[in-house]
Amino acid sequence: MNQEQFEQIEQQITPSTPYVKNVLKAFLVGGLICTIGHAITYFYIIFFDFTEKTVGNPTAATMIFLSMLLTGFGLYQKLGQFAGAGSAVPVSGFGNAVISAAIEHKTEGFVLGVGGNMFKLAGSVILFGVASAFVVALIKLILVTMGVIEW
Amino acid sequence: MVIVFQSKPSIIASAAVAGPLERKSVFYSYFDSVMEDERWHQATNEQGNAKMIQEACEIILKKADLNRLDIDFFLAGDLVNQMTPTNFAAKEIAASFIGLFSACATSVSSVIIASVLTELGASKYAIAGASSQHNSVERQFRYPVYYGGQKPATAQWTVTAAGFTLIGEHTPKCPSIAAATVGKVIDYGQTDPFHMGAAMAPAAYDTIQRHLEKRNQKITDYDMIMTGDLGKIGLQILKRMFQETGASEADCNIFRDAGAEFYGEDPSFLAGASGAGCSASVYFSYVLQQLKGGRFKRVLLVATGSLLSPLTFQQGETIPCTAHAIEVTME
Repeated sequence: MNQEQFEQIEQQITPSTPYVKNVLKAFLVGGLICTIGHAITYFYIIFFDFTEKTVGNPTAATMIFLSMLLTGFGLYQKLGQFAGAGSAVPVSGFGNAVISAAIEHKTEGFVLGVGGNMFKLAGSVILFGVASAFVVALIKLILVTMGVIEW
Repeated sequence: MVIVFQSKPSIIASAAVAGPLERKSVFYSYFDSVMEDERWHQATNEQGNAKMIQEACEIILKKADLNRLDIDFFLAGDLVNQMTPTNFAAKEIAASFIGLFSACATSVSSVIIASVLTELGASKYAIAGASSQHNSVERQFRYPVYYGGQKPATAQWTVTAAGFTLIGEHTPKCPSIAAATVGKVIDYGQTDPFHMGAAMAPAAYDTIQRHLEKRNQKITDYDMIMTGDLGKIGLQILKRMFQETGASEADCNIFRDAGAEFYGEDPSFLAGASGAGCSASVYFSYVLQQLKGGRFKRVLLVATGSLLSPLTFQQGETIPCTAHAIEVTME
């Protein structure tokens, strides 16, 4: 049996990825996480001294804290298996990536283990997040300077 | 390369030890010992894996009524870098030791080497086998255990289990190794680390074909041909490969897979079980007990190993695979 014959068999038997189902599940769970996030935003604005501009940080911190609890109890991985991108893309997914790596490397000590590895998965999100934020800010600066838009 | 053992070395005793989640396995009742927690009360996953190996060896010694000094060789491997858990366990077992790596095919490659040493007269008693520990393997090959990534339906679950055997000179009323085939490395260009069954199926096919051809046997000469961890989808692929090359559907019912059956029909394990401990714990508990009980007379155990490396996978390379086979008979 040659490679082409094998590949034919393999493609016939391997179940195809249920994209539509996955997208729907991701939409529902992702939407739910963001709705919770928004409820937290309103909570901080109504009950504390935050404005729409400053409420982002405490909201993200709260979401990451909740994600940390779920990760520690082994529940976020179950959510992830169900929701896919729905639970990976929101900030709680970023938290899960950091925290799961931190837990994993605890046995190698706090400096080389936890410190050295906790951004193993999420490090690229930070790098490319900062880099793209810089580019976007640069574009905005140019547009403001030209008088097209205002700050 | 097919080796025919004239002296028919015997499997004198065996032991399978598993982790707590493996209580869900359909083979659970055949295991000798099940750990209370994944790490067996040790500080690290790797220590837990080493402890599991030691426990399996202790059980073997007890069953065969031997002590450590009687063991000439300890031949084993696991999936952690440098086979650290096995090295630490070997320190306690204190027999002459060679660490072996054939990924999940180590369960059988170790038995082949033990049989060769026995046939040569160099070994009276050799312990051979393999183990894997879910958390330490996931961390090494994939993502952190608690990371919430989505796995496809083709993914498999690495078991926490160890399976070991005591290989010695031919002994009546014990299963014996009649022949073995050392697998070649086969690479059909598969690249998906979440679809190992497809990557390994051609290796299993090649090893089984060559074994049958050189031994002048048919599939039906066996009561069972059991692959290691192709999983549910990989097993289907293997059966289809044989069907396309002339085997009947009835013949293909002789093929079984330890990984496909390990967790039964539980959907949370996706395509089934994998890991060096998967084939080892099933072969060296369930299969040997069936042989001893007279249900099987001749079986072919084909442990499949995906020689995946997280490094070369990220560098865009394919997944080379191998499969080693032993023909075990009961007179």
